[in-house]
Amino acid sequence: MVAMNSNGHKPESGKPIVAAMSGGVDSSTAAALLAAERPGAVIGLTMQLWDQRRLQTPAAGAAGLNMKGELPVVHAGRCCSLDDAYDARRVAAHLGLPFYVVNFESRFEAQVVQPFIQSYLAGETPIPCTLCNNFIKFDQLLTTARQIGAERLATGHYARVRTHPETGRRELRRAADATKDQSYFLFGLTQEQLARTEFPLGELTKDEVRGLARAKKLPVAEKPESQELCFVPSGSYIRFIEAYLAEQGEGSPPARGEIVTSDGKVIGEHSGLHGFTLGQRRGLGLATGLPREWRGKPLYVLALDRERNRVIVGDDRELYRREARVRELNWVSIPPPAQPLRCAVKVRHKHQAAPAILYVEGGAASEVRVVFDQPQRALTPGQAAVFYAAPEAPDPDLVLGGGWLR
Amino acid sequence: MRRVYLDYNATTPLAPEVVQAMLPFLTEEYGNASSIHSVGQRARAAVEQARAQVAALIGAREKEIVFTSGGTEADNLAVRGVVEAAERPRKPESGKHVVTSTIEHHAVLNTCQALEAEGVAVTYVPVNSAGLIDPEEVRRALTPDTVLISIMHANNELGTVQAIAEIARIARGRKIPFHTDAVQAVGKLPVNVREWGVDLLSLSAHKICGPKGVGALWVRRGMRLKPLFFGGHHERDRRPGTENVPGIVGLGAAAELAGARRAEEAVRVKSLRDELESRILARVPHATVNGDRQQRTPNTSNISFEFVEGEALVIALDLKGIACSTGAACSAGAVEPSHVLTAIGLSPEGAHGSLRFSLGRQTTREDIDYVAETLPAVVEHLRELSPLYKKSVAAASK
Repeated sequence: MVAMNSNGHKPESGKPIVAAMSGGVDSSTAAALLAAERPGAVIGLTMQLWDQRRLQTPAAGAAGLNMKGELPVVHAGRCCSLDDAYDARRVAAHLGLPFYVVNFESRFEAQVVQPFIQSYLAGETPIPCTLCNNFIKFDQLLTTARQIGAERLATGHYARVRTHPETGRRELRRAADATKDQSYFLFGLTQEQLARTEFPLGELTKDEVRGLARAKKLPVAEKPESQELCFVPSGSYIRFIEAYLAEQGEGSPPARGEIVTSDGKVIGEHSGLHGFTLGQRRGLGLATGLPREWRGKPLYVLALDRERNRVIVGDDRELYRREARVRELNWVSIPPPAQPLRCAVKVRHKHQAAPAILYVEGGAASEVRVVFDQPQRALTPGQAAVFYAAPEAPDPDLVLGGGWLR
Repeated sequence: MRRVYLDYNATTPLAPEVVQAMLPFLTEEYGNASSIHSVGQRARAAVEQARAQVAALIGAREKEIVFTSGGTEADNLAVRGVVEAAERPRKPESGKHVVTSTIEHHAVLNTCQALEAEGVAVTYVPVNSAGLIDPEEVRRALTPDTVLISIMHANNELGTVQAIAEIARIARGRKIPFHTDAVQAVGKLPVNVREWGVDLLSLSAHKICGPKGVGALWVRRGMRLKPLFFGGHHERDRRPGTENVPGIVGLGAAAELAGARRAEEAVRVKSLRDELESRILARVPHATVNGDRQQRTPNTSNISFEFVEGEALVIALDLKGIACSTGAACSAGAVEPSHVLTAIGLSPEGAHGSLRFSLGRQTTREDIDYVAETLPAVVEHLRELSPLYKKSVAAASK
């Protein structure tokens, strides 16, 4: 197979480029493709984002808590950051790349972890990966890349970017493999960032990437995919949030409150809004003794009321909405539209983009009202609404922009 | 591309004489130094010769040298060994107490922290902004329960040198064992344990053009010391385990070379270091030397560059063939803020923006020229892309 250049850019073989290497199969293969295409020009960088010795909970497989006065315990289970940096280093050595680990821990904590926690405490369901892309990967890492003499950054994202032949504008597009597409997490990039970004995997399928990794004998070719958040190795973000708040000395854990049905009946107690997500059914911890009209019906989380610290539950049908407000907009590939715009809107990573019309509103066009053709389930505050070109548009893979559901 | 290595405080290249001395013990002389037969006896003789070479370098008796796996083990053995062997304090309610400093190597600091978790009290004596400890602070920190003082001689990051003899007098006056980590001093400064009056001293082979994985702890005769490991009767019951014969022979050879060359090398390296420093300070604005500029090892220069991330600077320099260091590497290999620079009062930004150059045996004038010519442009490029620098320039032009 020939290494493809999905960037609409002629490879500038001499110019140094940084490959962001997480130690996973995707970014490792991306680095390998670049290294083959531009020998001698690729520098591997791994970001150290979170000290995994912090906030170890017993569920993380550790033998003990790393509380003050106790010895740091080296645990036998997965210590993702350390293992992943180790893997990235092995891949870089295999490819003969200069390789460095850069420490972005304090910035990651301030710009990703803390907003992530605050968002959950406010009854939202945040996406830390998007914040990391906006403020760490395509900001701090890109700056470091430029500081060390590279003008461009390549990542293992499944997405495509090209330059519009007439306007010269950089355009973000879905990956060729729609099942792996990650453009949803990238809507916040600026033109300046996109101009310096390459996605070597944009035209490939996951199977092809795995095949390339094997063909190139990458040490991570058989590494399983990680679905968890990189800084929550235990997989339990609820326990992570509680451990973080305890570490910060923010005294009381998130407050308990009432679980209330959509028709106003108190039917139980919850132990903090951070444990809930819109549309969630299981895990409500509801015992028997429901009012008669709700007995035998599955209950879903409809809303999280921060003011009154309440979880509102009800029937699945009540989760559907035709309209949503989207704020903190970024028009990644197009100028802000002056007219109502026909497009397809994705409201969570695994959502099928749904046809809708955008109405730009608010002071300084700061807000978009989305009107879907069909009502959509669980429009969740904290998630991004990403606008794609309409299915009938000349380039339906184009990412127009996006913003945050609040 | 020219390659310049200015990280001798991290490790040094093996001297060719050391390699030659070690080679027979990596090939035909494979004996176990504890064996009765002649194969073993030849290994034993080599180990004891190395012991004499190390003892001669620091003014000690041969029998007081305990070979270890390196500086870290020597520090662990000294600190834990003395504390655990010490008599319990008279009053049962009070525990043992250790005095050390805030700028020790992690081998001492983390051993002290481990002891704290086990109930030992530890006082971390501060340093002034020049990185120097006031011996009076050590005296003030002593209590009737103090069982050990551990203060490093030369600091690895700054090169600053403490008044070891003066602290030793205080320790002696109170009959408290005094350990010094001299890993960064040996081979760079005159070291004489008798003149200093210390009780234990750590050193490492790979900082003096010897091999990695071997070091020594000097323990004054009569000191009570509990071993870290349990096994055979090697090293007078202080460090069990079959002797690392090639490594020990390498340490001995390196010690002898260091003794023979130290005075001359110190003058040569110091003049190169001073030239590098003055050329950098003349060419790069907002650069300051960290640590006392007189009382320090002749080979070390630690410089803060405002508005720059040391991490990016080290990477950019490495890509231009220059090897130097910043802060301390964490387990993943990323840079962590330096506890030493924080201890001398640098802000986190200042501590992040510092570089350590450490020169040595193979450093040449051409190396210094290359660094002095390359560094200013690299710093300037980093600053151009630094949000902090842009802010500061904007503020200054207002």
